Amino acid sequence: MPAFHEREPFDPTIDPPLTPLPGHKSASFLERVLRRGDFAVTAELNPPDSADPRDVFKAAEPLWNVADAINATDASGANCHMSSMGICSLLVRQGMGTVLQISCRDRNRIAIQGDVLGAAAMGVGNILCLTGDGVGVGDQPGAKPVFDFDALSLLRTLRTMRDEGAFLSGRKLTTPPQIFLGAAENPCIPPLEWRADRLAKKVAAGADFIQTNYIFDIAVFRRFMERVRDMGLDEKVFILAGVGPLASAKSARWMRSNVPGIHVPDEIIDRLERAEKPGEEGKKLCIDLIQQVREIKGVHGVHIMAYRREHLVGEIIEESGILRERLGESV
Amino acid sequence: MYAVRLFATRRSRFFQRLYRLFEAVIVALDPLFRRIGYERLEAPFAFLERNTKGFLFDCKMCGQCVLSSTGMTCPMNCPKNLRNGPCGGVRGNGNCEVRPWMRCVWVEAWDGAARMPEGLDRIRVVQPPVNRELEGSSSWLRVAREKAAEMREARQSADPSKHMLARAFRKAREIEPAAAPVAFEPDAALSVQWSRQRTSVYDAEAGQEKSVGDKPEEGPVGDKPEEGSIGGKPKKGKEQV
Repeated sequence: MPAFHEREPFDPTIDPPLTPLPGHKSASFLERVLRRGDFAVTAELNPPDSADPRDVFKAAEPLWNVADAINATDASGANCHMSSMGICSLLVRQGMGTVLQISCRDRNRIAIQGDVLGAAAMGVGNILCLTGDGVGVGDQPGAKPVFDFDALSLLRTLRTMRDEGAFLSGRKLTTPPQIFLGAAENPCIPPLEWRADRLAKKVAAGADFIQTNYIFDIAVFRRFMERVRDMGLDEKVFILAGVGPLASAKSARWMRSNVPGIHVPDEIIDRLERAEKPGEEGKKLCIDLIQQVREIKGVHGVHIMAYRREHLVGEIIEESGILRERLGESV
Repeated sequence: MYAVRLFATRRSRFFQRLYRLFEAVIVALDPLFRRIGYERLEAPFAFLERNTKGFLFDCKMCGQCVLSSTGMTCPMNCPKNLRNGPCGGVRGNGNCEVRPWMRCVWVEAWDGAARMPEGLDRIRVVQPPVNRELEGSSSWLRVAREKAAEMREARQSADPSKHMLARAFRKAREIEPAAAPVAFEPDAALSVQWSRQRTSVYDAEAGQEKSVGDKPEEGPVGDKPEEGSIGGKPKKGKEQV
């Protein structure tokens, strides 16, 4: 073999992908936490608009020792940021569990199936399949919306890749991706009466875990979970309830009218408005919600989305007591 | 037309019955269609289908109609082209995230399905992604081909690439065969016509051109000699759907 460059040879003993535990779909830490029946915590990272890896770790720092896995969003709200793939690859190399998010808005089936192999090869254990917000709400509304898959056909495709070891085209994979498959659900928006059925459909399509959108309306969520239990879905899928601290009444109103799929009831906004320190109140509200959802049968964890308020995540988890309880007083 | 579309969804039960009847007639006509040639029927049928379904359902001619699994509401009117239910962005009033003046297609669909016998069973089936090659072609003829082919159990001619998809979305294939077609597609039904002429990886692996045109049950497509003449028999022992 001629050598034109004096490069260090790459490590020939480079590790193959980790083998999942018996009965597990992936080697993901999140899956292990959920399967042993612990209350799981995932948190969303605010992706940097930067090419500097240090910015990723800066964003991940407040979540580092509290989350079981970090979600790297895929241009959420159709706003361009560093890719989920890039963030996940940086984080897994440092030993952090990640949830790669894939939205159907920007990539077609060729790109997505390739990305999934790449992500699994890098050690990403969890993938969250999303439809994605429309391009119109983002910073580049002129972009072409792809939507080749929808969240469900994407789930089924990834499950096929994992369990049948083949692309959707039928071409065989040498090593299938061992991934824990996630989907989103939004229990608080119309059609309310069919949201649980939609969840059932996602489970049928291949979802192993669910991360919900923001829940601020606990009554609606309770009804949803009741239906979920009636359908026996809580036995088939791990549900992580989505929560987050609101900054103020003003920002809550802005989110309600500008971010797709967020339902904030008026009582919550009133409560923030009356508060002397709305930021504190928002945090307290979030802790209250965590404690309430934890009591609902069929909820297996929380997914904390503290957009631009990531510094509060540690306190929220500490004060809600969820991890202290799980890990014992040793923490 | 938006108003007609909403009307059709409100009358989903009636339209489904009409549709079932129509489908039975078309499937029964398959022997005649094969004699005339699906190739020749494609254009007039697509024209007819575009106009009737366009008027009634704002049909977008995806070529893989699943109306009876979506409450007689065309899912291609969803700006995100979702085939499996609403996204997470539906507005509080039940309107679309992207087009705020329009009712969410899937809120309508679920209403329509609730009024149809078996509607709720069908809407729960996971539908495969749309095959963009089939855009603009007649879904009616496709249903006739698929159902008739199924009856004849003549599926070994199909492209293996379609098999994995049809297997991954098995239930959808059962109730909406046009959504995951495996039967031979006449050239006229493919929007990307040249795609048939190149050698696919499967053919390269098998060392032979995929050939389906010479099979008698596939209808007279003999006017395309390159389809029928190059290859031998289709591969045996492939996965069945």
